[in-house]
Amino acid sequence: MESASQSPRAGASLLASSVGGGILPGWATYAVLGGAAALSTAVLLAAGAFTAALTLAFTVLVACVAIYAWSRAVEGPRRARDRVMTMAIAAAFGLAMIPLFSLIFEVAKRGIPGLSLEFFTSDARGVVGGGGAEHAIVGTLMITGVAALISVPIGIMAAIYLTEYGTGRLRRALTFFVDVMTGIPSIVAGLFAYALFEIFLGPGIRLGVMGSVALSVLMIPIVIRSAEEVLKIVPAHLREAAYALGTPKWKTITRIVLPTAFAGLVTGVMLAVARIIGETAPLLVTTGVIDSLNSDPFHGRMQNLAVYAYNEYRSPGLMKQASYDRAWAAALTLIAIVMILNVAARLVYRRYKTEIR
Amino acid sequence: MLGAAGSKRSEARAGQVRTTAGAPAIGTSSGAAGAPSGRGAKTIEVKGVSLYYGDFQAVEDVTMKIEPNKVTALIGSSGCGKTTFLRALNRMHELTPGAAVEGEISLDGEDVYGAGVDPVQVRRLVGMVFQSPNPFPTMSVYENVAAGLSLNAKRMKKAEMDAVVERSLRGANLWEEVKDRLDKAGSGLSGGQQQRLCIARAIAVEPEVLLMDEPCSALDPVATLAIEDLIRELKDRYTIAIVTHNMQQAARASDLTAFFNLEKSGRPGRLIEIGPTETIFTKPAQQATEDYVSGRFG
Repeated sequence: MESASQSPRAGASLLASSVGGGILPGWATYAVLGGAAALSTAVLLAAGAFTAALTLAFTVLVACVAIYAWSRAVEGPRRARDRVMTMAIAAAFGLAMIPLFSLIFEVAKRGIPGLSLEFFTSDARGVVGGGGAEHAIVGTLMITGVAALISVPIGIMAAIYLTEYGTGRLRRALTFFVDVMTGIPSIVAGLFAYALFEIFLGPGIRLGVMGSVALSVLMIPIVIRSAEEVLKIVPAHLREAAYALGTPKWKTITRIVLPTAFAGLVTGVMLAVARIIGETAPLLVTTGVIDSLNSDPFHGRMQNLAVYAYNEYRSPGLMKQASYDRAWAAALTLIAIVMILNVAARLVYRRYKTEIR
Repeated sequence: MLGAAGSKRSEARAGQVRTTAGAPAIGTSSGAAGAPSGRGAKTIEVKGVSLYYGDFQAVEDVTMKIEPNKVTALIGSSGCGKTTFLRALNRMHELTPGAAVEGEISLDGEDVYGAGVDPVQVRRLVGMVFQSPNPFPTMSVYENVAAGLSLNAKRMKKAEMDAVVERSLRGANLWEEVKDRLDKAGSGLSGGQQQRLCIARAIAVEPEVLLMDEPCSALDPVATLAIEDLIRELKDRYTIAIVTHNMQQAARASDLTAFFNLEKSGRPGRLIEIGPTETIFTKPAQQATEDYVSGRFG
């Protein structure tokens, strides 16, 4: 080892010379990072420009340069490039994680003071500067639930059409339009649902089910895309095995293809629900704003968490801080619901996934 | 090692004897007890068949007869249309988008591609075993064997179904190995067991003809031997056509051999000759066949 690093080319060892000689110790990366952090802090403090973000940026830059120089001197250029890339990619990952964790931390910090038994068990009817968000929680669950009831059958059947029946140009055109639909701005979906119901029920109409229709417009394309991907990976040889037994096509789909894809389908639906549950704009124009509990989606306005949070922040009333607390508590509740859905999706996936070879 | 393989072989033989002894029980169910060729297996006659994928012609002008209660092996180099031809026999070929069939295929004189013929019905009569074992992953061993019946909406009492499952598994020489884990996932079996499970699944619906598309290509020699023994037994009750790349397998397991070849890549495959396996492997009529079976090309 020692002799190889001293004379990499002259030495007899082919292996040692191929990587340029020596190898940095295992702690090298951490040492470089620590050194770079210390150096950046010192320089920025001296220059009087110290901020956390700036220090972090400088630390990464300095560390990249330092590890490259050190590694190139000891290990040769190939390993040096490898180390720099590793460090840069790790830094990019860290950068992507910062907003996520800071968001969850911030929402939890500000939301927890607003949580109370009252928050979950009473609405805000006739209360000045108080009350809870029960009506909004129930509304969110109902509106989203009805949206899922509409979207899941339509979405999965459409996906079955695309994977099992559709051919040629029509299939390609439909896939294209589904892709376009996933990009529809949510307010457009809200206005569409409003315009649709206005035709039949007159102007100014606000119903829970209108919100569900608006959310379905957003949810259906997501369900189609995820279900299509899942159905596509059900191997063709399973379908052929069923056909070879004299099984009709519809039965092959319902008894072989769908059960095989079940876990993936459920995961896709849960993620689609998580995606639409926090929508605000389309619900503002379809379900309206209301302070009291309404659990009938076909009658009257319906509150939901996103609109509730928006409203508490926009018109806080007399006790501003209490309103803001409730807005943050609503946001925290929404995030918690999304997290629960995600965990449930993972559990279902793990429980029902089929080994596909 | 060799000894171990040898003993496996004799075990398989023993299994064969045992199941043959039980065969009349299977025969009676279809009304022809015991007699080796008594089950009324069907003949497939193929006249001037050409097969296409879109503009590409895969098989050209094949005329041959697949005899009842015999094993017909289809051999030939890769891409010469053996599998395509096999899939045309039970109308699986047309599941590929753009696929087309010309010519005439008949099952005991009835046109398989006739105007009023439902492909689903054809496939109930002409079963198929695939190259790689493909048990349904969501189903248990029992459900896999019963799949053909339960998927075809045949209402059956539990006891009847049990009898069919046991009979089929015995027929596939698998009963002894799986009888204690019928409710376990079919995908938990070994490769050879899975393939025999697929054969059990195919014979549970009592087809007339059994098509096998390289059934042993994913299996080790011991499992291959078990399947070959099984094929020899099954011909008592079924008409069997088997595609294989394994020359010894064709020689060991088949009665008739059909040699397919193509002039060059991109040209359709053709049937060069068909005859008793013995003749094809010792003194074939065509030079190309002799070159192929002697390993001089392909």
